Amino acid sequence: MFNIVEKRHWYFLFSAILFALSIAAMVASAVRFGQPLRLGIDFTGGSIFVLKFDQAVSEDDIRTVFADYGLESAIVQPRGAPEEHIWQVRTREVTANEVGSLLAALEERVGKIDRDALTFDTVEPAVGSEVTRAATLAILVASLIIVAFMWFSFRRVPNAFRYGVCTIAGMAHNLIISFGFYALMGILAGWEMDALFLTAILTVIGFSVQDVIVVFDRIRENIPRHKKEPFETVVNRSILETIHRSLATQLNAMFVMIAIILFGGTTIRPFISTLLVGMVSETYSAIFIAVPLLVVWEKAAARRGVARAMA
Amino acid sequence: MKKSETWQLAVIILIALAALFVDLNIEHPDWVENLLFWRPANQRDIALRRGLDLQGGLQVLLAADVPEGQELDATSMETARRIVESRVNGLGLTEPVVQAQGERRIIVELPGIENPEQGVETIKGTALLEFVDAGRIPLPPGTVITTTWGGPQITPPGAEVPPTTPTELSPTAGSPLTPTQPSPSPGVVYETIFTGAGLKNVGLDPRQGEYAIPFELEPQEAQIFADYTASHVGQYLCIVLDKAIISCPTIREPIPNGQGSISGKFTFDEARQLAIQLRYGALPVPLRVESFNRIGATLGAESVQKSTRAGAIGLTIVLLFMLIYYRLLGSLADVALIIYVLLNFALYKLAPITLTLPGIAGFILSAGMAVDANILIFERMKEELRRGRSMMTAIEIGFSRAWPSIRDGQLSTLIICTILFFFGTNFGASIVKGFAITLAIGTIINIFTAVFATRVFVRQVAASAGQWVSEHKWLLGV
Repeated sequence: MFNIVEKRHWYFLFSAILFALSIAAMVASAVRFGQPLRLGIDFTGGSIFVLKFDQAVSEDDIRTVFADYGLESAIVQPRGAPEEHIWQVRTREVTANEVGSLLAALEERVGKIDRDALTFDTVEPAVGSEVTRAATLAILVASLIIVAFMWFSFRRVPNAFRYGVCTIAGMAHNLIISFGFYALMGILAGWEMDALFLTAILTVIGFSVQDVIVVFDRIRENIPRHKKEPFETVVNRSILETIHRSLATQLNAMFVMIAIILFGGTTIRPFISTLLVGMVSETYSAIFIAVPLLVVWEKAAARRGVARAMA
Repeated sequence: MKKSETWQLAVIILIALAALFVDLNIEHPDWVENLLFWRPANQRDIALRRGLDLQGGLQVLLAADVPEGQELDATSMETARRIVESRVNGLGLTEPVVQAQGERRIIVELPGIENPEQGVETIKGTALLEFVDAGRIPLPPGTVITTTWGGPQITPPGAEVPPTTPTELSPTAGSPLTPTQPSPSPGVVYETIFTGAGLKNVGLDPRQGEYAIPFELEPQEAQIFADYTASHVGQYLCIVLDKAIISCPTIREPIPNGQGSISGKFTFDEARQLAIQLRYGALPVPLRVESFNRIGATLGAESVQKSTRAGAIGLTIVLLFMLIYYRLLGSLADVALIIYVLLNFALYKLAPITLTLPGIAGFILSAGMAVDANILIFERMKEELRRGRSMMTAIEIGFSRAWPSIRDGQLSTLIICTILFFFGTNFGASIVKGFAITLAIGTIINIFTAVFATRVFVRQVAASAGQWVSEHKWLLGV
């Protein structure tokens, strides 16, 4: 029988390297942008305009118009292919009253704007702190409920508590890697944290138990069946018996997510990419981290038990 | 074959056909649409509703502008919502949406609006109209004044509240009332004679190139107006909107019939905005714009097209994967997956669920994960077959043993959807809600198609062709 659990130190090492990279990405982002993950306007407040002009325009002209409205710190960036003349401008909050005349000034001094393609988004700064609070709360509540749910599902198994804790470890693993990935993309591609990112994170939390549950279920079923085998072997057997399913399910989820990333347009690309990373991490952490951790814990507990018995 | 199972198969086929009928992009007969008793009689069309991000338009999130910690009663928020709704309807757009979001927010969606600035102003203006005694000195338009009409922000319109002086206002309750501009004569409190709640009819009148708003008063206010104008001839009566002077006409003669007109330097848009606001009354709660968001119509159309393509490609790959990997069983799972898609869309149309871009993503994702239950069952069946069990036994063990894992997985998804839904509701991120709703609906329908329907299919095939399948084991992928 192929032994997955035996090589657990290698997986732990691999994950440790991923952790280090994730944390490095967040530190790099913090150094460069002052935030471990670049915060979008949902958190900081502010405005984003996406302007499509019907001709080539100069970046300086756009900046000057915004500066005339007291928005000197506007960040003006080209978006899409150069022949599309699409520009994204991020500024502090622009009120509804100002938008109309700002757009009129842009049309007059920069170039005609395609109104059908015009997109802007404004969030009041005061909302940001509330969103941050709500998001933190949602993540905490979600994690707690999922762990309580695990503990409840496995309440009849000896040491159900350990199953819950190992699930949290797997969940934390997935979150760190998802955050690290987003921080990296923030540096490389300017991705900013928004409501959709939080949705992705909460979904990753929810799916963090999908594979763990199946393996744990199988362990629960196999323990009475193979009473003579050591725990480690039972666990290994359970992983091997369920790995086909985990991989097949993961593959299907990956197919649809990759299809959305490739063909679904740019708007939800960061969202689906985060989900993809989170879910791949989930399948990996279920088999190679959460379940082997359970073995480590059981073994340590057994050793302590023996030591106590000998003393 | 058991009789009950034939029945089950018939029910599944019927449901699938009904879903297909709903999904078809045709004129559905009136009697079918009238079966949707849970929807208002005039909104029973069977059509897919596209969210603002898919059709383009303006979304405005309004929040009650009251100090932190101050109680907000649900009735005034509901009144505010209804007034906002009436105002929005006055703008003459197709299918605007006005919904309460949590306890203190209202979300307004205006598809295809031309002038977003005007839209926002029309919606959020408190529109507290006051007729104020200015004595013998006229006030220039735009001046912000203090009036005796106390806490209009927290007083429902029409409620008889004795005028209070500023000193009686508690500092917290009074803070949002503080004018942004200094008043011309600090400390002067002008007397409010009556408010816009007394207006009966409000019109719109082009006069000498400028627009005016003629109005008619309710009998009681008409009487006050008549008495007041009779005793104050030669003095100024200021018309004040949200504590700012609009105009200060002189009272030339008593006005007994309760009819008057508000004139200022209005453009058509401004006059129409004011007329709409006065017609539907002042907001019982002041509203603040927390966020607004405009999406271009062409971008919406592009999103629809792209996500449809992405969904089609993703689903095709999943269907092929199941067919190749699980052969005969996979083809049954594919049938179940197609029914799954039909049912989801039918439900979106019937409920109705407004589809947004993240909503579509949630649906596509749920379809990709819908086969998970089938995979769990099939893997278990293959395992049992390899152990040498008979096909019938393997089928039953496959379904019964895989069930706890399926149930737990689905439950955890539903828990997260609930959290996402509340999270989305409480800070008005309707995009988060859209994702949570489609994912949750998908998860529930999945139990029907992937567990119940697939089991009926597999049993039927096993009962009618079990012997033949057993001889061709490759069909099962074992």
